Amino acid sequence: MARATTFENVTVIVTESLSKRFPRVTALDRLSLDIGPGVTGLVGANGAGKSTMIKILLGLSPATEGRAEVLGMDVATSGAAIRERVGYMPEHDCLPPDVSATEFVVHMARMSGLPPTAARERTADTLRHVGLYEERYRPIGGYSTGMKQRVKLAQALVHDPQLVLLDEPTNGLDPVGRDEMLGLIRRIHTDFGISVLVTSHLLGELERTCDHVVVIDGGKLLRSSSTSDFTQTTATLAVEVTDSDTHPDGAQAVRDKLAAAGVTLHEGLEHGLPGAGHILLVEATGEETYDLVRDTVADLGLGLVRMEQRRHHIAEVFRSEAQDQKQEANAL
Amino acid sequence: MSTPTSQPAQTQIHNIGYRNYDGERLGRAYARRSLFSQSLRGSFGLGRSAKSKVLPMILFAVMCVPAAIMVAVAVATKANDLPLEYTRYAIFTQAVIGLYLAAQAPQAVSRDLRFKSIPLYFSRPIERVDYVLAKYAAMASALFILTAAPLLILYIGSLLAKLDFAHQTKGFAQGLLSVALLSLLFAGLGLVMAALTPRRGFGVAAVIALMTITYGAVSTVQAIAFNQGSPGAVKWLGLFSPITLIDGVQTAFLGASSSYPGEAGPGAGPGVVYLLVVLGLIYGSYAVLMRRYRKVGL
Repeated sequence: MARATTFENVTVIVTESLSKRFPRVTALDRLSLDIGPGVTGLVGANGAGKSTMIKILLGLSPATEGRAEVLGMDVATSGAAIRERVGYMPEHDCLPPDVSATEFVVHMARMSGLPPTAARERTADTLRHVGLYEERYRPIGGYSTGMKQRVKLAQALVHDPQLVLLDEPTNGLDPVGRDEMLGLIRRIHTDFGISVLVTSHLLGELERTCDHVVVIDGGKLLRSSSTSDFTQTTATLAVEVTDSDTHPDGAQAVRDKLAAAGVTLHEGLEHGLPGAGHILLVEATGEETYDLVRDTVADLGLGLVRMEQRRHHIAEVFRSEAQDQKQEANAL
Repeated sequence: MSTPTSQPAQTQIHNIGYRNYDGERLGRAYARRSLFSQSLRGSFGLGRSAKSKVLPMILFAVMCVPAAIMVAVAVATKANDLPLEYTRYAIFTQAVIGLYLAAQAPQAVSRDLRFKSIPLYFSRPIERVDYVLAKYAAMASALFILTAAPLLILYIGSLLAKLDFAHQTKGFAQGLLSVALLSLLFAGLGLVMAALTPRRGFGVAAVIALMTITYGAVSTVQAIAFNQGSPGAVKWLGLFSPITLIDGVQTAFLGASSSYPGEAGPGAGPGVVYLLVVLGLIYGSYAVLMRRYRKVGL
């Protein structure tokens, strides 16, 4: 954890109008980013430029213009030094089936420059931390997708990097495996003190995991801000009330009253789902909104089942952002 | 069991939390050496499954047994010289060498291609040139071990049989030079063929095809040319197959007797062409491998 404090206030990744153009496509278009320590999500649809970005950050592909620094080192000149201190987990399968996880990760540790003894010790430690125990001595060919993802993660962590680049680590996992992987990614920062850049095309899973989310689309920066900014710009209250004889649809009665009082009510993501009609999503503008909801429910003689703060889903933020853009485009 | 009470309590706690690594990082050259030794060991099935040890070990034994028999015969019959020149041994066992190359070259390169492990290497300090050099050097060293071991048996045997020391040492040195060149050439050609396809089976077939078809064609055409009385053609035809190339070089420079029809091997003049072709092919193989791996980066 000492390192997490050492790297506080230091940017892990900086790019300045970074562009990458291929003969036919522009993969990155004047992208300027400033990513600090912690878990950062890089979100974009397939082909948005995420993998190109990782290649440039590893110093494996030169940028067409602009510059980038990783851990304070220039990617154009210090590629080898960066790759010694950075771990990379590819999106695709990359494991030979005929060797055991231990043998494979030891080999990869040595490729990172670890002496033989240290390579074996670090391999045992790292495999345990990613949750592989006795099975690590069996050939990888017999592993489940989840176990293979853990081996891929272990080889990226075995040399104790300061930053890991994880390319779509939850791809192909079932919901339980996905949650475990996300938990593991969170721990890489909180417990191991290693900064993480994780790419995904799923926004939802990043809001629980990341401190910061960067969205790129068509190689352009769409948005870069902390996850709390995304999800807490306005608090939404989820309110559920009971029905009574005088008000057979309690929720509707409260809705009418609140609307009359000038409070904004949302249609949530749950709209259309069974039971969604009983939950009101109320935009809270301050302390008085809570009082107003409480008083309204009391005046109507209904029971307040729950009133809780609900975070916005990142997806909602992007949906509105995309709409804004569309409107802008139409205006032009 | 009683524990000493003087011990502080915290020594009983097993810390299984994450530990940072503060030890040394040995960098690129070390990674290249590690890849070399891992690949070289792998060429003989060491550090791999028991199944993958079978073929290389059998072939290694097949290479050495004739040498041991020759030594035994030479010692028993008190002969004046070994029944076979050092330089002829590899020509004599070319099928075994070809088989070994066909089995091990795909193992060395196509696994990483097929299972897409290459990006894991190139996202580390190791670079393309390190990867190619380590794989090439490992394959060439494996072939050298395979081809030089029987020569060593012959040499030790000849000393035990008290044959002429100077003559044997010279022959042994010439033999070693010849198999070193052969190892470099064969390793290059084998790796290129194997790296063209991620499928191991195709790699094996391609290497066998390269070795047998070219040799078969060259020796047939050489025989026809010899029977029609044109030894000049025989001399130049040898340029077109790997083993006859080596034969030509060692006939010209390493005092070997040619195995071409009518022993019509090249002299020093054409021998230079042979040597240049061999060196060109070795460099060409390296260049092709470098190009091949440029495409399979991340």
